[in-house]
Amino acid sequence: MSVSNLLENWSQVRHEHPVNDKPHDPYKWAMAIDLDACTGCNACSVACYAENNIPVVGKERFQHGQQMHWLRVERYWEEDSREFPDQGFQFLPMMCQQCEAAPCETVCPVAATNHTADGLNSQIYNRCIGSRYCSANCPFKVRYFNWYDYPTDEMVWPAEMTQQMNPDVSVRSKGVMEKCTFCVQRLSAAKVVAKGEGRIVREGEVQTACQQSCPTGAISFGNLVNPESRVHKQWAAQQVVLDADKQAKDEKEEGPGLRGYRILEELRAYPSVMYLERVRESAV
Amino acid sequence: MKDIREDIAWAKINVDVMKSLENPRKLYWVILFFALMAFGFGVGCEIYQYQTGMGVENVNNPQVWGLYIATFIFWIGMSHSGTLLSAILHLMHADWRKPIYRFAEAMTTFSLMTAGLFVMVHIGRLWQFYYSLPYPNDRGIWPNFQSPLLWDAMAIFTYLSSSVLFLFVGMIPDLAIARDTMAAGWRKKLYTLLALGWEGTDRQWRNFRVTYLTIACFLIPLAVSVHSIVASDFAMSQQPGWHVTSFPPYFVAGALYSGCAAIITLFIILRYVFRFEAYMTKPILKKIVRLTFAIAMVWTYLNAVEFASVWYSHDEVSKDVLIQKMTGTYAPFWWGMIFCGSVVPLVFAFKRFQTNIPVLFAVSLLLNLGMWLERWMIVAPTFSHGYYPWTWDHEQWPSLVAWGLVFASFGWFTLLFMIFCKVFPSVSMYEVKEMVYHRTLHLKKSETAEQGAH
Repeated sequence: MSVSNLLENWSQVRHEHPVNDKPHDPYKWAMAIDLDACTGCNACSVACYAENNIPVVGKERFQHGQQMHWLRVERYWEEDSREFPDQGFQFLPMMCQQCEAAPCETVCPVAATNHTADGLNSQIYNRCIGSRYCSANCPFKVRYFNWYDYPTDEMVWPAEMTQQMNPDVSVRSKGVMEKCTFCVQRLSAAKVVAKGEGRIVREGEVQTACQQSCPTGAISFGNLVNPESRVHKQWAAQQVVLDADKQAKDEKEEGPGLRGYRILEELRAYPSVMYLERVRESAV
Repeated sequence: MKDIREDIAWAKINVDVMKSLENPRKLYWVILFFALMAFGFGVGCEIYQYQTGMGVENVNNPQVWGLYIATFIFWIGMSHSGTLLSAILHLMHADWRKPIYRFAEAMTTFSLMTAGLFVMVHIGRLWQFYYSLPYPNDRGIWPNFQSPLLWDAMAIFTYLSSSVLFLFVGMIPDLAIARDTMAAGWRKKLYTLLALGWEGTDRQWRNFRVTYLTIACFLIPLAVSVHSIVASDFAMSQQPGWHVTSFPPYFVAGALYSGCAAIITLFIILRYVFRFEAYMTKPILKKIVRLTFAIAMVWTYLNAVEFASVWYSHDEVSKDVLIQKMTGTYAPFWWGMIFCGSVVPLVFAFKRFQTNIPVLFAVSLLLNLGMWLERWMIVAPTFSHGYYPWTWDHEQWPSLVAWGLVFASFGWFTLLFMIFCKVFPSVSMYEVKEMVYHRTLHLKKSETAEQGAH
């Protein structure tokens, strides 16, 4: 606990534009989700529950809005689909957007949520005191709080069920905030292997649980810095730039017909997830 | 209308005030009993919540903050008028504050303590609360100095410690009187200890004045900053309905408003319970009522400014939240806030009500209800109708545990306050003497002037 230590702590928090602050080298994890491919099957959500030891809270608490799904599949009904009424349904898988300038990070009184060098918005469960300010300031409301002590709850995890938990992921006790980590345990494992071989993680070497389980391949995930990665190619093809709060392509009078967009981009949180708009038959 | 008499003997002031430490009216014990019951109920709620988890508050995603934060702001706000009366009016040489500033200052201290409890009650892991303090630890981790919540913790702690100091320092000459008049017992020992060997020498008085003035000057910017920082908790976030530039002055005005209303309530209770009719006079009440009325109008104006700036801005989301407040689930409470906060105080504009004690008592309670609603209407609607439509939730309702803790906080505050008034002189004896002296001087002057005219 010294002044130098204080300054070092201070240097870890964000000061200016995120990209200038922490250059992503050699990793920047990002995602692209093709809503045209999404069928709303919820496999990603189930996989996320299994991979990350997320408690299943039960019907009653779900109705209270106390569910813990890190990845939720939202359903929207588009009224204006007279020509093809059966196509009015829209799905949108929503998880932590791993914002580059995350609104949740600056407000945490104990610095329990931070930005990592590889562009993740990390949550330190042990440090969290449960003020819930991060969730209050999250525009997407993708942070989930442990309202009860789930690991000791027989209804949530019966004794025999604990055998099927993922040993790489800690369980969270009551009073802490949690959220999508982009399956950070898988990323870390892959990075360890790559480091041992003196290289960086290759494209396709690591998958998130949701990506792995998606039957239509709607989710792609990878290293945005790597020009060979699918994510990089998708972002580039859609002309979506990570550190922009307004995309140049949207400024043009008549859009170039690109589908890529980021949710609530105007809030300048610089999300790391790009969505690809659904293509409608009516528009073709 | 009887004001404080200028011929009241100094010895009588001592006797009257010291009497309040011994035999209050029966109502005192009734109030104490109910306060204790309410507090006990809250302790039960908190034990249950601590054991089970925050879910028993019925908060959810997205409504992660609820009644606790609203009530926290309410209590912080209430603390501000004590400083207004004791420090700001002290600097302005407003003599009428003298018989009532002591209890107002006590109100500041105890409402801050109550507010502090709500921070504790609110957080999910109370047992790790110390993480938010910059304490030395071998892991070398500091709290996050960017977080408004941390500024909050520091501001409140500074304000609380300065308020306690101010209350104590201002009480030293009175504690010495209590020490000198009390029969031997635990009280005499307590007053002897706290009076710090006060003898009333010229040198002591001079040092006392300087110290008191210094702390008063220190406290004023502190009081303004504390509620501005509480406002920053909201204004610094980017949520619709919170991200409002005018929040800090709006919060400070609201704080002074609810504080003044609470002073009227407590004034009336103390006056009756401790038989202070000769000191807490109606002309003084009239002055506070007028002050409250002025602040109420400032608050109303700032409200209008906020609504207008949201309404005419191009921020559609904020506008939606405002419309939701007016027409959605929270509409009855929102309109209740407008009614209690802006319409009810108009009663104060009528002269005949300005000293009507039953009316003032009822109105002051309504004003405080309105101010509590205001805080709730700042916190809750933004959660129910934020940026992200999928998470809109207009159904959430606080549980009995949450209401119980809010209710209990009033018991806890009353308990502390009432015990304080029984143990320490809640009317400042030496300052009332000063006031009487000033009046005599004033009278003499006018008499001489009259004689000169003839």
